[in-house]
Amino acid sequence: MSIAPPTYESFRVPEAATRSEDYLWTLNFGPQHPATHTTLRIVLKLEGERVVDALPEMGYLHSGFEKLGEHLTFNQYVTVTDRMNYISPMANNVGWHHAVETLLGIELTPRCKVIRTIIAELARISDHLLSNGAVGLDTGAFTFFLYGFYQREVIYDIFETLCGARFTNSYTRVGGLSDDATPLVIEKIRAFVKTFPKTLNDMERLLTRNRIFVDRTKGVGVLTKDEAIHRGATGPVARASGVTRDLRKDEPYLAYADYDFKVCCATAGDCYARYLVRMEELRESLRIVSQAIENIPAGPVNVGIDERTALPTKQQVYSTIEGTISHFELSMSNRGFEVPYEESYAATEAPNGELGFYLAGDGNDTAYRARCRPPSVLHFAMFPHLIRGHTLSDVVAVLGSLNIIAAELDR
Amino acid sequence: MPFTPPPVDDVLAALTDRFGGIESSVFRGQTRVIVPAEQAFEMLGVLKDHGFDLLVDVTCVDYLEYRDAPMQMPACAGHRYGLVYLLASTTTNQRLTVRVFVDDPEPTVPSVVSLWEAANWLEREVWDLFGIRFEGHPDLRRLVMPEEFTAHPLRKDYPLQGRGERHNFPVITRDHS
Amino acid sequence: MAVADGAKLQLPENVVVSRLDALASWCRKNSLWPMPFATACCGIELMATGASKHDLARFGAEVFRFSPRQCDLMIVAGRVVMKMLPVLQRIWLQMHEPKWCISMGACASTGGVFDTYAVVQGIDRFIPVDMYVPGCPPRPEQLIQAIIDLQDKIQREGTITGREFDTASRQARKRALVEIVNPMALDASRNPVLQRELAAEAESFVAGS
Repeated sequence: MSIAPPTYESFRVPEAATRSEDYLWTLNFGPQHPATHTTLRIVLKLEGERVVDALPEMGYLHSGFEKLGEHLTFNQYVTVTDRMNYISPMANNVGWHHAVETLLGIELTPRCKVIRTIIAELARISDHLLSNGAVGLDTGAFTFFLYGFYQREVIYDIFETLCGARFTNSYTRVGGLSDDATPLVIEKIRAFVKTFPKTLNDMERLLTRNRIFVDRTKGVGVLTKDEAIHRGATGPVARASGVTRDLRKDEPYLAYADYDFKVCCATAGDCYARYLVRMEELRESLRIVSQAIENIPAGPVNVGIDERTALPTKQQVYSTIEGTISHFELSMSNRGFEVPYEESYAATEAPNGELGFYLAGDGNDTAYRARCRPPSVLHFAMFPHLIRGHTLSDVVAVLGSLNIIAAELDR
Repeated sequence: MPFTPPPVDDVLAALTDRFGGIESSVFRGQTRVIVPAEQAFEMLGVLKDHGFDLLVDVTCVDYLEYRDAPMQMPACAGHRYGLVYLLASTTTNQRLTVRVFVDDPEPTVPSVVSLWEAANWLEREVWDLFGIRFEGHPDLRRLVMPEEFTAHPLRKDYPLQGRGERHNFPVITRDHS
Repeated sequence: MAVADGAKLQLPENVVVSRLDALASWCRKNSLWPMPFATACCGIELMATGASKHDLARFGAEVFRFSPRQCDLMIVAGRVVMKMLPVLQRIWLQMHEPKWCISMGACASTGGVFDTYAVVQGIDRFIPVDMYVPGCPPRPEQLIQAIIDLQDKIQREGTITGREFDTASRQARKRALVEIVNPMALDASRNPVLQRELAAEAESFVAGS
């Protein structure tokens, strides 16, 4: 039965629904719902089990992040960026400081670039494990989810050894990192790289050719290539539709230009393609980490004293005058470093898509405007387009495959 | 060296041919173009035809407290709201920033939803947080704040802790539930 | 057979004597079914607590039911914003008694890092809370400790009829902060009554000296 999809008006103005849609049933997939994706709301119009239209609503986790960015310094705001895409906080830290360092025009040391690359890729592994795990959990595959969670605990252990926190690490600083990587961390990462492929093979054997999973996700939520670009999709969602855009290759930042990895794309654009793209990206990330871990350059991890942005080492503070002055300038609250009166935008390839920050500086080290461009907003806006005509049980599959994180969505 | 996106001189040349002189500047390798509000929709249409098929972001900066700072961008002197359109091309990897300046009262700009569907929710968010109306938007309502909220929170004259809206709810004690 | 005048009661081995309240509390505390009201990052740690490494099911929290009608423990994990608070209150009212609430994380307990226009500074302003778990996010071990402490609290204070939930004076509203409702009352430049009083006091001081 073909019914023209109702416009938004028919949801809000009851008199407009005088057509044969009176028998349609409105279901509120409310902000509290059984799927593992937190606080977002979808009002579904159902004809039996078929979804005729969907009206997504967000804002149930809007915490005023952008307003906070105007009151916190760059190094304080990194703690807030952790809480955006809370599944891969390291990627947000790297993205935020990439934007700040672009505004300030700072060039990082080689060691810092490689370590940031490693942690960004570990964060990508962590994110894809949970994202695919959530797709599995919502379609009923609990074991897949638990395997993924156990590997994430191993990654949490690595992050905890590196900087003290399991997640919400706030590890990066302007001009460098808060702590250098110790040999113990390198050993743990090596051990992870050795043991992860076996678990990944087990997880793939569970779902990739599983008849039930394939039937539930193939042909569901199809996104064509033109629609993906028109609607602003980026990241695995766009790459599963044939858009070959990956910022790690197109606009290389950090140390990605030195490593050999593939950009994973598919052409089908359905949930199954997004699942496969994420699984392949897990393998590619592991390749990057194993290449990077063999070759971490020695040297300082923070930029030098002349830049006056990173805290000098204690030895420099106690023995040189520049170190003392620099430490004083950075630690005293009414001083800080010089920021140009300019605006700039810088994006990184976060696990979810293009995560960019638009920064406006006004002289002191608190941003005048800190805008976060979240990939999840555009993916969630696409949701009605993807779900029309599918059944109620496909709603969770599509929602899971888009990997919408509510905190990034609402900020 | 940090990566700089490919140059956009050909696009700027095409824009100058079509519209006469346009102000542009480059900072850290990123090109910004300043466009008056009346020509904004047409110019963005021309840019879309030139290959900028991905709308990355639509956002705004409120310059209320910026006026005393030395202005590197003289075109924004005197205006309150600076809209930002970030465009990218998936084929040539070029990037371009388009700035449109509007003022109080009743800041209004034509909507670009007909060019890029991605602008739908992004413009709703700018309306919600800044109060800039987009003419021609199919469904301009609040996105992140509750519908009954009246202020526009990201304006500089709205305090960080709000004006008491966050605690204006009934209290449930143990005897009620 | 019971014997009077102080001799100890002899019971066979398979008989246990207890109060009805303690028995009911023991049953309830060991089968707390949580309702995860997971909003933000603490939700991930809640999921990690339920996953295989730190297993919450060993403490009786076997199923994470998402329906409020089937749960008795609401774990609010993550920040609650003002758009979400009516939803939280409605779900709390939908739960059946006896029910308890754990406020997990700094954001749910006091607003956390986010002292902004949208975030409620502590859900205990609007919901009765039994246990607070500090941390941002709290480690899974902390959450497990909170559930164990809640189990001890249930054992200590629980009654079979739920009398402990009825007494308004015992379960007074718990507030971490007392808000100054009208800040203008303390500001003399905006409060003419206060200004007059201060002027009168100053006059009497001058007159008296």
